[in-house]
Amino acid sequence: MERSMLDLWVGLFVCAGVGALLILALKVGNMSGYNAADTYQVYAQFDNIGGLKPRAPVKSAGVVVGRVAGITFDNDKFLAKVTMTIDKRYTFPKDTTASVLTSGLLGEQYIGLVAGGDAANLAQGDTIKLTQSAVVLENLISQFLYSKAAEGDTKK
Amino acid sequence: MPERAVPSIRRIGHTTIDIVLRLGYAARFIVLTLLHSGTSFRRFGLIIREIYYTGVLSLIIILVSGLFVGMVLGFQGYHTLQTYGSESALGVLVALSLVRELGPVMAGLLFASRAGSAITAEIGLMKATEQLSAMEMMAVDPIARVVAPRFWAGFLSMPLLAAMFSAMGVFGGYLVGVVLIGVDEGSFWSQMQSAVDFREDILNGVIKSVVFGFAVTWIALFEGYDAPPTAEGVSGATTRTVVTSSLAILGLDFMLTSFMFRGV
Repeated sequence: MERSMLDLWVGLFVCAGVGALLILALKVGNMSGYNAADTYQVYAQFDNIGGLKPRAPVKSAGVVVGRVAGITFDNDKFLAKVTMTIDKRYTFPKDTTASVLTSGLLGEQYIGLVAGGDAANLAQGDTIKLTQSAVVLENLISQFLYSKAAEGDTKK
Repeated sequence: MPERAVPSIRRIGHTTIDIVLRLGYAARFIVLTLLHSGTSFRRFGLIIREIYYTGVLSLIIILVSGLFVGMVLGFQGYHTLQTYGSESALGVLVALSLVRELGPVMAGLLFASRAGSAITAEIGLMKATEQLSAMEMMAVDPIARVVAPRFWAGFLSMPLLAAMFSAMGVFGGYLVGVVLIGVDEGSFWSQMQSAVDFREDILNGVIKSVVFGFAVTWIALFEGYDAPPTAEGVSGATTRTVVTSSLAILGLDFMLTSFMFRGV
């Protein structure tokens, strides 16, 4: 009698522990990630990627369609080369624009894809030609200051 | 003057040699335990019994502290995040801090003080009352019969307890954040799910808790087995178990964290 009660408690304990792990995996984490099998890779080159990191989302119209697989520096063109894995379910025209965007004011950076009008679609290993770099705050401020200064000149 | 310096120098040397000696003995002890664990797996009932005492009985303290830690994280995180207008990231904050850090560490500290001290006291008292010697007289190896089942019980219980701590903490954060304060439920869960990675965050947390379980159980068993067979000896060993395993958890946590999350 004692024996079976003990076994029952331990069994319940193990079930609760495994259940907690499952909750963590399914409810808290994103177990349903992208498998390597049903994705294709495309490349894009940017003048400046800002704070983009590997595993950042690739979004189109706000929907996550893929992830940034890797970021390397192209030493021939002196540009950042970003590798993206995109879900096979989504296809994009060849003249898609990729831009580095920021979610919210302090949020993480992601790549936004805006589809173009080309009939042919991007395939495994293609490079996105049209890219738009991350906004660098310093450049923005200096542009603003220059335009203000220019305004001041014309007023005089 | 030199005559008075000699004893203190001698004491330093003595203490150092003593520490190294105990380390070596502890290493031999764990190897012996691992070698003798075959018998305890054949008699799995022994491990079940010990899981009951170390794991099931630690459940209440783990669950309650997990809930409270999660709720406090909910309040504190909300307080800080709302100044940046990003209180929807509360779920991310609660989940990441619990899964990566607080879950394994807090569960390990509680496990050390709840189960580890009990293991040390039990084995130390067994030794003081010569039960271990009696076993040897009956040709029963005390390491195989007493130590190994407790080791595997602690080793198996600790990750489960840490997972329950984290899950309970996330629930506590949800209670305070969503139910009490009124953060949007959808963004609480969806931001959490997009930020918490299974391999990067959850599995690394589980690895941490496995390492802590190993360290705490090892220290507790060794301190008990090595305790001087007196009342003072057992009480001193119990204190040392809690202190040493807490320090070991924090030190190991630093090392593991710097290995795991270096490039991220």
